[in-house]
Amino acid sequence: MNNIREVVVVSGKGGTGKTSVVGSLVSLFPARVAADCDVDAANLHMILVPEVIEEKEFMGGSKASIDLSRCTKCGTCREVCRFSAISEEFVVDHRSCEGCGACYVLCPAGAVDFPSSRAGTCYLCKDKSANPFVYAELLPGEENSGKLVAMVRNEARVLAEQKNIPLVIIDGPPGIGCPVISSMTGTHVAVIVTEPTISGLHDLDRIIDLARFFKCTTGVIVNKGDVNPDYCKRIEERCLAKGGIFLGAIPYDPKVTEAQIQATTILDSAPDSETSYIIRTIHNKLSTILEEL
Amino acid sequence: MFRAEVPQVRNGNGQGIIMSYCMNIAIASGKGGTGKTTVAVNLAHFLATSGQSVQYIDCDVEEPNGHLFLKPVMESQIPAAVMVPRIAEEKCTFCGECSAKCQYNALVSLPGIPPLVFPGLCHGCGLCIHVCPEGAISEDTREIGRVEQGIGAGNIAFVHGILNVGEAMAVPLIRQVKACSLESHIRIIDAPPGTACPLVATIGDADIVVMVTEPTPFGLHDLSIAVAVAEKLEIPLGLVINRERDLFSPLEEFIRDHKMKVLARIPEDRKIAERYSKGEIIVEALPEYKELFFDLAKGVGETFGEAVIGGIA
Repeated sequence: MNNIREVVVVSGKGGTGKTSVVGSLVSLFPARVAADCDVDAANLHMILVPEVIEEKEFMGGSKASIDLSRCTKCGTCREVCRFSAISEEFVVDHRSCEGCGACYVLCPAGAVDFPSSRAGTCYLCKDKSANPFVYAELLPGEENSGKLVAMVRNEARVLAEQKNIPLVIIDGPPGIGCPVISSMTGTHVAVIVTEPTISGLHDLDRIIDLARFFKCTTGVIVNKGDVNPDYCKRIEERCLAKGGIFLGAIPYDPKVTEAQIQATTILDSAPDSETSYIIRTIHNKLSTILEEL
Repeated sequence: MFRAEVPQVRNGNGQGIIMSYCMNIAIASGKGGTGKTTVAVNLAHFLATSGQSVQYIDCDVEEPNGHLFLKPVMESQIPAAVMVPRIAEEKCTFCGECSAKCQYNALVSLPGIPPLVFPGLCHGCGLCIHVCPEGAISEDTREIGRVEQGIGAGNIAFVHGILNVGEAMAVPLIRQVKACSLESHIRIIDAPPGTACPLVATIGDADIVVMVTEPTPFGLHDLSIAVAVAEKLEIPLGLVINRERDLFSPLEEFIRDHKMKVLARIPEDRKIAERYSKGEIIVEALPEYKELFFDLAKGVGETFGEAVIGGIA
């Protein structure tokens, strides 16, 4: 099946309420695969409460370590290392080692080991509505989060194909760097969840430009819109000026956090609230965008 | 000897705080949007207006925001570059040695033509230059962003990095921003969100990490991973709980279990959210919060002091 649509939800700025919004939107699509690509701070599983079906190991890049019993202290490794990762005592600092392998390849004594190790785990799950859900956990401080993101997206697509599900919804990481690029490449729609603040507006510019770079149809949601109606308006104008679709503004509502504490979404805990109504309106707009792709 | 030259910070009641010079105070969180920048900006401003030399180092190069509050007048702008290989096609024998050794798939060999270079994947390690038997590889620089320096509100020395849109490599830019550290200043380092390599590159040489969290399940989950990073790096920790309404008991349990020191509890206050949204500095706009940042600065000094004493003993 080639007509799988991928929607990625990103924010630029962190903590705008992206995952709460994704949790709600996901529950409104009856058939979809959900994928949490914020692999170094995954949260969506705390709302979707999944049952893990399968765990897959994620192997990270290699890191050098020097066996001092074989080392002749010739200094070649220190000369070729561009990351200042090797001390005068020929001990590799793993915080600085980028895993390039220069010392391993060029050591004349063959004294450098270069093992790779498990850097995280990818979980294939069934969420509480029995739809497939994929998430991952990178071990604290590890590298290659972009590769783990690619693994999560790949597993999600495979599940969508197997189960004949036409939609993958991706919860992306904050920022605009490596894991965001990996989350956004090749998706059809980017939904940006921002907040009505000077930071939210500033970061929106950069993430919209990134979405345009990847030729995604781009929608914008302002979360906690009533905290600063002036900035909310400016974000709507900026969105339209940059060719985006304004999907709506969700009011500040403590019930969203209360729902999170109960491991659910506001659609379940307060279905008749104004916030829930607005989220359903946003879902309708998003569905229309997907139908017209 | 560690405390040879220690300036005093005083609050309105004349109470003093001892802050050590040459100190890296990193502000981190794991989860985004917990108030890292708010804490960093206001701590920096509080210390600066107390007469100390302060540098603000914004390492959130993907989405830097500190400048929106400190409003620095920029004095320099330097392009940040990484090295990428250049293949001298007339010397290349298509042996494939470079691509076989490259750990990042930045070089791809195809039969009968010189290797393809993917600059966005290259970490600039230079290994390909060493392994090419024909000496056919040299280097060019590739711009990934820029580093800007200036002077901000309260006479704070300011530096940040701005990553180019579409650029994946945050860590080399973070390193170039940190290379602008000023020795004779208290350095407030605003860390990027997340718990992966950009965080490690930012807090690796911190003297203390101030973790800013929010009392929610998401906040706690991501805090626990960020704390694991700091513990692995053996950096002393303090905690700021932001937007607190009621005690969130799972967080309180975590604090007890990890014997964490709570440096400040910032209440949920719509006034703070509104002032923040406009780019204002809280200790200026809402002076009632000065005392809170005084206590925070004091707590940071004490945590660092304890850690130093602990290290000697």
